[in-house]
Amino acid sequence: MLVDFLFELRAKKVPVSTHEWMALMEAMALGLHESSLDGFYHLCRTLCVKDIARYDAYDEAFLAYFKDVHVDALRLTQDIADWLQNPRALEGLTDEQRAAMQAMDFEKLRELFEQRLKEQKERHDGGNRWIGTGGTSPFGTGGKHPSGIRVGGGGQRSAMAVADKRLFKEYRRDVVLDVRQIDVALRGLRRLGRDGAVEELDLDETVDQTCKNAGEIEVVMRPPRRNRVKVILLMDVGGSMDPHAELVSRLFTAASRAGRFAKFRSYYFHNCVYNSVYEDANFSKAVPVADLLATSDRDEKLVVVGDALMHPGELLDPGGSLYLSSTYGSGRASGIEWLRRLAHHFRSSAWLNPEPERFWSGTTIEPIASVFPMFPLTLDGMAASVRYLVRGGEKPRIGEPAKWMKVS
Amino acid sequence: MSAVFDQFTGTSRYIASDELKHAVNVAVALARPLLVRGEPGTGKTLLAENLAEALGLPLIRWHVKSTTKARDGLYVYDTVARLHDSRFGGDGHDVRDIAKYIKLGPLGEALAAPSRVVLLIDEIDKADIEFPNDLLHELDAMKFRIDETGKEVAATERPIVIITSNNEKELPDAFLRRCVFHYIQFPTRELMSEIVRVHHPDITDKVLDNALEVFFGLRSTPRLRKKPSTSELVDWICALKKANVDLSRVSGGIPFLGTLLKTEQDIELMGKRAKA
Repeated sequence: MLVDFLFELRAKKVPVSTHEWMALMEAMALGLHESSLDGFYHLCRTLCVKDIARYDAYDEAFLAYFKDVHVDALRLTQDIADWLQNPRALEGLTDEQRAAMQAMDFEKLRELFEQRLKEQKERHDGGNRWIGTGGTSPFGTGGKHPSGIRVGGGGQRSAMAVADKRLFKEYRRDVVLDVRQIDVALRGLRRLGRDGAVEELDLDETVDQTCKNAGEIEVVMRPPRRNRVKVILLMDVGGSMDPHAELVSRLFTAASRAGRFAKFRSYYFHNCVYNSVYEDANFSKAVPVADLLATSDRDEKLVVVGDALMHPGELLDPGGSLYLSSTYGSGRASGIEWLRRLAHHFRSSAWLNPEPERFWSGTTIEPIASVFPMFPLTLDGMAASVRYLVRGGEKPRIGEPAKWMKVS
Repeated sequence: MSAVFDQFTGTSRYIASDELKHAVNVAVALARPLLVRGEPGTGKTLLAENLAEALGLPLIRWHVKSTTKARDGLYVYDTVARLHDSRFGGDGHDVRDIAKYIKLGPLGEALAAPSRVVLLIDEIDKADIEFPNDLLHELDAMKFRIDETGKEVAATERPIVIITSNNEKELPDAFLRRCVFHYIQFPTRELMSEIVRVHHPDITDKVLDNALEVFFGLRSTPRLRKKPSTSELVDWICALKKANVDLSRVSGGIPFLGTLLKTEQDIELMGKRAKA
């Protein structure tokens, strides 16, 4: 039956492998789960979930799978037995209630309870017969029966209660991003190579050369390994990007740290890239896109950050930009055309979008995503984009871009 | 409970949460490495020291640095020394014997040890991204070959391996699959007062209460760059005791703030708040 739990976990995107599942089975055969649900909760998490970011998803899966499992029937019967040993004083009851109480002695109540415990298969709320909550049955919790048995509630922190609290929500990876997390994600973006000043001892080569030199020591030096990745960051600022300004500035902080990339340049644009990008966020120092392309190698990595949301006309009509209304000329092109030129020039490029993925379809994000591989600006999205930039691979498909092209 | 289980229950100087004890015992019983993560200062490194003490086993440490290579942990072939000896000679140096120039690293030592040991691989995420992958086979099989001499080193008893990580880098999946994982959560107030008592047995309830009040207040301050951790709290209380400061009588700012906050921005921020 537990195999279903494995698939429940995988469905919740907790990457549990067969290897780990076998380890869990081995551990359970050794009795490491202490034959309790609590023990199992911790054992399974320890062995199968290796990332705090997935703890919340694990809690969700655990809740979904075990919600109908009655917590340790054994312990419950023990609770009830204890309870029955120490009946609470009956004062404060009306005559009517007392009569009702006497109608059912403890022995009978207990018998009934055990019978119900055996028969009951599901959760009950608000009834008058089964063990449940908020009802008038004698059994359950939060109910109104004057002499009922309260089942569960309070006491130890059970696994279900722990899972229910969802303590690890803030560690989820599809939401938060601070500078440090971005930093970590960007570390993957590298290609090491040796160039620059020779300042490291090449031991192997030294030994080789010395041997060839009949034992006369011949020292060979080499340059240390450095990251050779060059990055151009294009950032959309103002307008609809204002709510995301903080996030983008964190990305910028992490990316621009000294020594991270062999070469790092950043430019700004508003809404969509047209014939120029800007060196500053006030749009005072324009750099024509043609110049940018001329001065950059094809193997530099282009990362665009923007929400890619605009009026379709601004993207698809030649001269759609407000800023271009005065600069008529032969080279007028639509926003999407400029984006294509950029994407075409660089061998690898990616677009990071701070808009939540669920709002992407049916907007200008669709046609732009057909030009630039689009990733959400979350930890997972950044990791995916870094992988894409380094190794290439399948471009993520979003919506139906063809539909948009017809409109234009 | 079986004999293999429930071996570790903490020591007199180290208070572990039930979950942590459970994770340690699972790792020991399954003979798999235990990967411990958590905020800096939550006692990840101390865990290995105290586990070794509790089980009465020797501890071998391997502090990983950004330049550490996986092979360094197994053995180092000291070519330079050999080269030096062959060039300049020296009494009693047999240059032909390569084995003399092979020095075992911490992992190598742990595997070559005649009995069971605890091996601490500290801050594994400091090294290169590929570093953990290079260790997969050795940690799985618990043996390795010295290529230069053809000698095989295999563990007589699988060492208990504790690996710590500060979350600086993502660790590779293949590596994670083989580990038992535990995330040390920041201690609750109750656990924290227990921990402080272990380090300062003579502390009075009132002083402890006041100190914890200030400490958790500080931790809940928004926009702190680095929140103070357990080890910093212990140091701070030590400073308070040495200087004989009564916290309940202090007004206007926290004494010895420098032991709790370590960045200029944080201290400045607290300064502004105290004035406001």
